[in-house]
Amino acid sequence: MIRVEGLTYTYPFAGQPALRDVSLTVAAGEFVAIVGANDSGKSTLCYALTGYIPHHFHGAMLGSVQIAGMDSRSTPLAELVTVAGLVFQNPVNQISGARFTVYEEVAFGLENLGAPRAEMAARIDEALALVGLEGVADRSPYALSGGQQQRLALASILTMAPQVLVLDEPTAQLDPLGSRDLFAAIHRLSRRGATIIMAEHKLEWIARFADRVIALAGGQVVLDGAPREVLASPLLEQHAIGRTRFTQVAARARALGLTSSDALLPVTLEEAVDFFRPILPKAINA
Amino acid sequence: MNIAVSDLHFTFASGVAALCGVTLRIDSGERVAIMGRNGSGKSTLVRHFNGLLRPTRGVVTIGDWATHEHSVAQLARRVGYVFQNPDEQICKRRVWDEVAFGAINLGFRGARLHKQVDWALARLGLGSYAGVNPYDLSPSWRRRVAIASVLAMDTEILVLDEPTTGQDARFLAQFGGLLDELRVLGKSVIVVSHDIDFVAEHFARVIVLDEGRILLDGAPEQIFRASEALEMAALQPPQLTRLAQALSLSHCVHTEEEFLRALQTRLAGA
Repeated sequence: MIRVEGLTYTYPFAGQPALRDVSLTVAAGEFVAIVGANDSGKSTLCYALTGYIPHHFHGAMLGSVQIAGMDSRSTPLAELVTVAGLVFQNPVNQISGARFTVYEEVAFGLENLGAPRAEMAARIDEALALVGLEGVADRSPYALSGGQQQRLALASILTMAPQVLVLDEPTAQLDPLGSRDLFAAIHRLSRRGATIIMAEHKLEWIARFADRVIALAGGQVVLDGAPREVLASPLLEQHAIGRTRFTQVAARARALGLTSSDALLPVTLEEAVDFFRPILPKAINA
Repeated sequence: MNIAVSDLHFTFASGVAALCGVTLRIDSGERVAIMGRNGSGKSTLVRHFNGLLRPTRGVVTIGDWATHEHSVAQLARRVGYVFQNPDEQICKRRVWDEVAFGAINLGFRGARLHKQVDWALARLGLGSYAGVNPYDLSPSWRRRVAIASVLAMDTEILVLDEPTTGQDARFLAQFGGLLDELRVLGKSVIVVSHDIDFVAEHFARVIVLDEGRILLDGAPEQIFRASEALEMAALQPPQLTRLAQALSLSHCVHTEEEFLRALQTRLAGA
């Protein structure tokens, strides 16, 4: 669905590239999480995967990006957005300012696509329910909390049902269970066939829901693989990405000699339970 | 300097009631995390501490000042406030000037001003960026600038609205160190945060809001055991608390040290 080859991108007036020689492919229906420290290139990659680079940001781009067979450089952005939708990091950037209520705001993108009216209402209701905003449909987008605005930005894109959904830290301002629910909703979309690429810091939910994790550092891909392989790697510490507390405490227990297991370190609660259970004395009444 | 909130109600002009009878007291030097679901009233509550919002009903006092009797400029001497979105407060073209701006407004000059600004820059890892335009920095670095500029004001109370949002492990470690340093200096620190694992490691008191009311208020080990109430507030206990519970190790572990101690105790008892 997406093919990136030798992508190097430098923003105007920037001293060094934000992305360096990135090559990757994403298959249709995959749920890929992008992790990386601040300024590692996550947002830049999100822009490049949706055509905002090179169409909206004018820097120097080398290499190529294919989105559903379309070359991002030679295809107009208006055409690319019908296939690949981007949910921006700062939701305020995405609010149109042209609509008075949350409901109308969610309808805005659909109207622009010229969706049939009968179908619109159903799609809007579904998107609002998916992000948990049914209760505030009549409020002004500007009267929402930061977390609610972030849900609104996502709902607006969801109504357009893009084949490829690229999300730049969509849960940054969400409460913990809201984050989990959003990951679960995105996961359901991917199981229905949508291709998902999501830059995120919340490693616990990435570990549970993503199919694959790509780690960026200094604009380069440093790890790319299954969640447990990538998220348990000590390289994540080195690149300031951090690891879950499950992984950290397991690594420390091993360093203290509390377990001699050389299994992969755990990254989810379930894996951590499996990691520690064998070394604990059989509880009489566990 | 204490913060006292008495039967605080706040209703927005749109008619939405954001706070419905909040009463609490935060003593001098306390470290308090305010948590709760999106739209529960967290930001609305802390914006009353520096007078950005005025009670619809009830009273908020900072030391001996009732906020409704003092201007935001006066309250800024007592309460430093870091916005959720750093771009709401940044206005200067050099990082140094930006970080000095609030302190200058409070009347700091000369050696004292330089000392405070340089200290704040160093604490946020901004030492080598003093001459840079804040808008040439990425959002995560602008957030550091926003925190430093409030730090430089040297207020007794610091309020930070979601300082950890979208920040990486390096920032969290640095910010954790800063919180420890502020504790030694005797500052009160109030943070709005969704990051319960970070809160578990750095805060002595947690207040959970739900629909404009206080749902829970206590020490982390008490709060994190109330899993049903936490669920109501869209929270779940820290990762290590959940792991220790799943392994029947302990009910109130919430840091790596406590977890490892509980694990070693169990192994020694075998």
